[in-house]
Amino acid sequence: MINYVLRRILAALPIAFIAITLCFIVMRAAPGGPFDRERPLPPAVMQNVLAHYNLDKPLWEQYWIYVSGVLQGDFGPSMTSYDFSVSQLLAIGLPFTLMLGMIAFVLATAVGIIAGIIAAVKQNQWPDYILVFAVMIGVIIPNFLMAALLQLGIGVHLGWLPAGGWPGFSIPHLIMPVLVLSWPHAARISRLMRGSMIEVLGTNYIRTAKSKGIGERLILARHAVKPALIPVVSYLGPGLSYLLTGSLVVEQVFGLPGIGRYFINAALNRDYGLVLGTTIFYVILILILNLLVDIVYAWIDPKVRYR
Amino acid sequence: MPGLTGKDATLSAYADKLEQLDAPKGRSLTQDALRRLSKNKAAMVSIFVLAAIILIAFVGPYFVPWGVGEVDWTSIRKPPDFEKGHFLGTDQNGRDLLARLLQGTQMSLTVAAVATIVSVFIGVVYGAVAGYFGGRVDAVMMRFVDIMYALPYILFVIILVVIFGRSPILLFIGIGALEWLTMARIVRGQTLSLKEREFIEAARAGGAKPFTIIMRHIVPNLTGPVVIYATLTIPEIILTESFLSYIGLGVQEPLTSLGTLISNGGPVAEVMPWLLIFPAIVLVTMLLCLTYIGDGLRDALDPKDR
Repeated sequence: MINYVLRRILAALPIAFIAITLCFIVMRAAPGGPFDRERPLPPAVMQNVLAHYNLDKPLWEQYWIYVSGVLQGDFGPSMTSYDFSVSQLLAIGLPFTLMLGMIAFVLATAVGIIAGIIAAVKQNQWPDYILVFAVMIGVIIPNFLMAALLQLGIGVHLGWLPAGGWPGFSIPHLIMPVLVLSWPHAARISRLMRGSMIEVLGTNYIRTAKSKGIGERLILARHAVKPALIPVVSYLGPGLSYLLTGSLVVEQVFGLPGIGRYFINAALNRDYGLVLGTTIFYVILILILNLLVDIVYAWIDPKVRYR
Repeated sequence: MPGLTGKDATLSAYADKLEQLDAPKGRSLTQDALRRLSKNKAAMVSIFVLAAIILIAFVGPYFVPWGVGEVDWTSIRKPPDFEKGHFLGTDQNGRDLLARLLQGTQMSLTVAAVATIVSVFIGVVYGAVAGYFGGRVDAVMMRFVDIMYALPYILFVIILVVIFGRSPILLFIGIGALEWLTMARIVRGQTLSLKEREFIEAARAGGAKPFTIIMRHIVPNLTGPVVIYATLTIPEIILTESFLSYIGLGVQEPLTSLGTLISNGGPVAEVMPWLLIFPAIVLVTMLLCLTYIGDGLRDALDPKDR
């Protein structure tokens, strides 16, 4: 097991490295620098600004400075919020994004798995139909539309929940964002779970267990759920990446103070430094989370460990 | 008749019968699939609805009384008004929503079509090359796909848009260039089994070069899975485009797309709900239809589920 974990970590490192390199190259290939204005800066000022951001050095040296910075947790300067570095902005937004993401992820995974099991057991009965409908809504309606509709319906017309904003930690303000974020995720997971559960319930060893007279609940808990979880666990990695990119929109729509808002504003203002810093940060975050998923995968499915 | 043996006589009789259509006739795989598809009510209805949407989006603008950018100063922020010809109301600038909605639908459909073609092209070529050459080439190419899979591709689209400006063409190509990963995987898997078949061996024995074999013999045999997966890619691409337009990085004014319309309609939906509701209905209907068509095609063409 330890061997396997080490191998996964070693495999993740070059990916992080390639992503950083790719981002750096794309950033430097951009036409026009971040300080090109309609009215050009005086050459002396320009020289100083470039020197401040190390942009006057040869390319490989810039690359070296950037990579060693990222390794030390420094994602470079922001080009529009002059007083802040990208790391500082990330540090402000990160706790919230992580909290929102984790709540939505855990909730969606749990709900998705349970709903999938129920739908598989009650195949072609009303719980199954309700699930198919809920899944359809989750997959079809894009998150920004869902957010707008919920804001309009529940937030404004019914007035049950606040339509947005973040006055410090408050659960009512979290309900709609978490719902919007987790619905599509839960939908995909429950669909996977339902499919694999139906497959598992049709296998011979489940029939054997039934013929031995074991109760239905025990069969589900002991024999059916764990093997049925395998496709779900392998989806969790990509699922997380969807969920985190989804939180970009959710934070924006509900006016929540996470990384997503910085990212979108940076993209709109063409703040290269912040966009790239944030992207690299997301990539590293996703790689770490994927690593955790892989470890869980190996724990559930022993076949994976010895591949 | 001279020269005819008994067997020939039977065969000619059978051939005559075939011509008169009273002998049993075989069905091709395509016919089989089409028959199955036509029995799938949800998919058939979806095809008709989608065809209607496409037709209306491209022909409709010629019948709408107001132009896309035309401002009606007498009715600004007005709900649907049939007398003036604003069938779906007007926005904050007095522009007719129906005209803009048709243009937005056109834009979303175009993006979907172009980006899908780009992604199919890259995915098929990449997957076929990886699968055909196999070995180390395959390992390296597929490792790259795995890496890309792990990364949040939408962030890369955003980086491209940030750096190269917000032109629709870039949007088409950027989305397409990043949506090919699953296609490449599927194509590679099919190619791995196809390349062991006799007709590929025959082509190789005949001296065909690898590129010719891939293009002439492998790619045409991939049509089924490619069509299925391409149909399933279209809704993803429409979603990506509307997502980008929604956060303000996609299609720019005066052009519009469904995502832009929804993004403009969202904040004012409390007082002018029609600006949100109508684009939302079109977008959701389109996505719903495409999903049902994709599922229907998969059920019809995929031998696994038969």
